Amino acid sequence: MTCTEFLALLDELMDGTVAAETRAQLEEHLGGCAHCTVTLNTTRKTIEVYRSNELYELPKSVRERLHQAIVARCKNGC
Amino acid sequence: MSTIQVTGENEQHPDVALVASAVAGDVQAFEKLIRKYDRQIFRIAQHITQNREDAEDVVQDAFLKAYEKLDQFQGNSKFYTWLVRIAVNESLMRLRKRRTGKMVSIDEDIETDEGSVPRDLADWSPNPEQNYSQTELAKILRKTIQGLPPGFRVVFVLRDVDGLSTEETAEMLGLSVPAVKSRLLRARLQLRERLSRYFRSKKAGEK
Repeated sequence: MTCTEFLALLDELMDGTVAAETRAQLEEHLGGCAHCTVTLNTTRKTIEVYRSNELYELPKSVRERLHQAIVARCKNGC
Repeated sequence: MSTIQVTGENEQHPDVALVASAVAGDVQAFEKLIRKYDRQIFRIAQHITQNREDAEDVVQDAFLKAYEKLDQFQGNSKFYTWLVRIAVNESLMRLRKRRTGKMVSIDEDIETDEGSVPRDLADWSPNPEQNYSQTELAKILRKTIQGLPPGFRVVFVLRDVDGLSTEETAEMLGLSVPAVKSRLLRARLQLRERLSRYFRSKKAGEK
């Protein structure tokens, strides 16, 4: 398996949707390729860091203001 | 349009009852739906528009539009899927306005070196995010994702941040499943490469 072939299956590998046979081939490639090991680990970390940090918080005061505006318009039939 | 949720008689999604009550005139039931989803809608709108004021307007207009068209809502798709579709369209409309007519679309074909082997081979420090304060980290993450095209940002956010399936994401964005998969791979790899600038382990003597 080449690095390009490995990369084409990277998402399936991370999402756990590859067949057992393909997974074995991917793992065999990883065993001998530091480059793809780094790519896999740092891509996983990329997702993790975005998932655990809320970049756009909706402040409570803004939430309340929006809720009131929406509900008031709904009550008036929009 | 494909049906994305098959539910048995006894496993009705909780939103179905809330939508039914809202259609019957119960504004409080609709308010529950607002409270449940407003933060996700705001996040998606922010990622697309990159503008706080626009994102707040999108939240308001998307819920109002949903309420207005609630009787047209097809129960074979999830309420949230339907709501996100409305919000994505509203966000794109605002983005177009800001870019004064420049074509903006989720499915614009963007040439990238898909499938090529990433250039940056450097590994990252064990917990690279710990080298930054919470504020600095958020700034880096925002700046990094802002460099991606809107169609990539929104696919990444729906799939990897919100944890939705490829099929749901495709339905929300009106894209094919292969298109979502291709965008997700490119978004993940591009973000990874861009973050490497901040997160790669430092060599001896490097500042």
